[in-house]
Amino acid sequence: MTSTAPRSRAWKLLEMVTTPLLPSDYLDLVSPLRAGADLRGRIEAVHPETGDAATVVIRPGRGWRGHTAGQYVRIGVDVDGVRLWRAYSLTSPTDRRDGRVTITVKAIPDGKVSNHLVRRAKPGTLIQLDQPTGDFVLPQAKPAKVLYLTAGSGITPVMGMLRDTEFDDVVMVHCAPQPQDVIFRSELHDLVADKKLRLTEVHTDTDGMLDIARLDELVPDWAERETWACGPAGLLDAAEEHWTEHGVQERLHTERFRPGIVVTGDGGEVTFSTTGRTVDADGATPLLDIGEEAGVLMPSGCRMGICFGCVTPLKAGAVRDLRTGEITEAEPGVLIQTCVSAAAGPCDIER
Amino acid sequence: MTATDPTAHLTAEQIEELGRELDAIRDEVIASRGEKDAAYIRKVISAQRKLELVSRGVLLFSIFPPAWLIGTAGLSVAKIMDNMEIGHNILHGQWDWMRDPKIHSTTWEWDHVSPSEQWKHSHNELHHTYTNVIGKDNDLGYGIMRVDEDQRWHPFHLGQPLWNFINACFFEYGIAAYDLELGKNLQKRRRKNPEFRARARAVGRKIRKQVLKDYVIHPLLSGPSFLPTLAATFTANLVRNLWTHSVIMCGHFPEGVQVFERRSIKGETRGQWYLRQMMGSANISGSKAMHFMTGNLSHQIEHHLFPDLPSNRYAEVAVKVRALFEKYELEYVTGPLPKQVFSAWHKVFRLSLPNKKPKVKTPDREQELLAA
Repeated sequence: MTSTAPRSRAWKLLEMVTTPLLPSDYLDLVSPLRAGADLRGRIEAVHPETGDAATVVIRPGRGWRGHTAGQYVRIGVDVDGVRLWRAYSLTSPTDRRDGRVTITVKAIPDGKVSNHLVRRAKPGTLIQLDQPTGDFVLPQAKPAKVLYLTAGSGITPVMGMLRDTEFDDVVMVHCAPQPQDVIFRSELHDLVADKKLRLTEVHTDTDGMLDIARLDELVPDWAERETWACGPAGLLDAAEEHWTEHGVQERLHTERFRPGIVVTGDGGEVTFSTTGRTVDADGATPLLDIGEEAGVLMPSGCRMGICFGCVTPLKAGAVRDLRTGEITEAEPGVLIQTCVSAAAGPCDIER
Repeated sequence: MTATDPTAHLTAEQIEELGRELDAIRDEVIASRGEKDAAYIRKVISAQRKLELVSRGVLLFSIFPPAWLIGTAGLSVAKIMDNMEIGHNILHGQWDWMRDPKIHSTTWEWDHVSPSEQWKHSHNELHHTYTNVIGKDNDLGYGIMRVDEDQRWHPFHLGQPLWNFINACFFEYGIAAYDLELGKNLQKRRRKNPEFRARARAVGRKIRKQVLKDYVIHPLLSGPSFLPTLAATFTANLVRNLWTHSVIMCGHFPEGVQVFERRSIKGETRGQWYLRQMMGSANISGSKAMHFMTGNLSHQIEHHLFPDLPSNRYAEVAVKVRALFEKYELEYVTGPLPKQVFSAWHKVFRLSLPNKKPKVKTPDREQELLAA
């Protein structure tokens, strides 16, 4: 590591040249995906999959460490000028030659990010990336028999697995309202034609919701199979119960897409997580006052929403802007002005 | 408030109605903030960085006079952009809604010797909350000048045209000293206050970095162009300081702008607060380029009503605000830059001399302290 000292010295000098900015602020202008930059990606294409789902092809920056099949990635996308972060499963195999990765997104009703990605995202757009993560992955040792149990967009992490690793005996049970709602349908049918996959589609509009007891009939040897299940909470709850009942719960691996439901209301219990204090707040008192009354050291300024001296991270829950009535829900990086915000349901303030 | 109160014809109900109408203007802009606005600030930041890079690059050869001229002009403009349209507005939280941690009031640092954290306190909090309230808003004369007949005259004020000129040339240092409340804090008892010392050290660090960059590192990088580059950066800083000082003087100093007594803001309603901002600020009229180079502080009235709305929206807001001024028969103080600068300087000269005793008595002790 002899080169570290001169390199860091050279970097220090460069910082003196660019102060008060950082050298990276200038480098980002020309090379936002370079090694050493904050991790970003560039959208290179958006391919429609179904009426409301699309696959987004992303070229990740040089700092991308690669993923394991089944993992997800958090991405930060600017929607109407506001940066929003969401997690999506990676659907590309891990050894794609061109270094691109894909996520497949289903537009959910009122979903800001999903609708933006499916319908409005343009090739060339820069997005923010985190390193891939998640333990819904395949084991090192190949299981003899595999079952994939999926519903709706729950198929996305499993598709990453299917494309990545071939098994001798794979069965998939997939639920979707109608045939045309099955994401990756033609690719799945190609795999079936090549005898690489046995597939049962459950079309819930006509067949009704999948009764987990039907597995005995659809996949008679399900209990012997290493199973990966992903879909709505109802399906996963039923599966976990079923596997446990039969004493084979260690063969079941599930992935829950966090529903991210924030309870909004008028007032609520406010937690100041740094100081560990919890108090009840009504829906009309500024959180700054609530905190101060509870003895929490709150930064403050003008107390009327103009100086931004009181901004504080909102870790969980939702707050209401007392001036506009606008609701802000917690997301990573969201700061609120405590002097003009009141609790809109239970919330957690980082103080 | 001086002489006759220009808002005396308004009833309390009218003032509250005015406040509601202004709130509606604000809500409209907030509801329509979006992609275009975000693209605007990103474009301005990127343009500023490129202009600064190119100008500094050209100055490496500033031994050649044309390179010196081009580089100095470019760097002056880049520094003005950094302070005005970018720094001032980001530090107001105008772009916090984008949730981009790189363009955020809590992370932004500007090309200025006053650390942004300290400036936010003295500017966003004190000046914008207590706009033009004698004894509360130190921007009124920056503690070194008398800017209203109501303020008590002192022989010290005879020199205020000179103080103001010196302040204009070294404005960023003036601001740093002002943010530190240097005059007050250098008194014996306060000098040792640990909080003050920590802030003073932060300013010292910032000054060292800024000076090192402008007057040592970049000249050294220029090799044989050392002296011309040094002169160029000094000139660019001087130009930036004179420009920002002029623009800022136009915001609250021109004739027609009202100042307020401390007592008058007790129990102030939202409508009254808005009204004070309207009467306490002045605009500069001019072209789009002029608005841009002032960081849209040419729309000072709109900025003071809505300090956290994105600056690129002030022009459209101004049309609606001006209509309200007319509706409520209030004077919208505006004029071209030379006229407003002249007006502000005229006031500085005029008030350097004593006037007949104040028309309205203001017994506030703070005010006397300020004048002393």
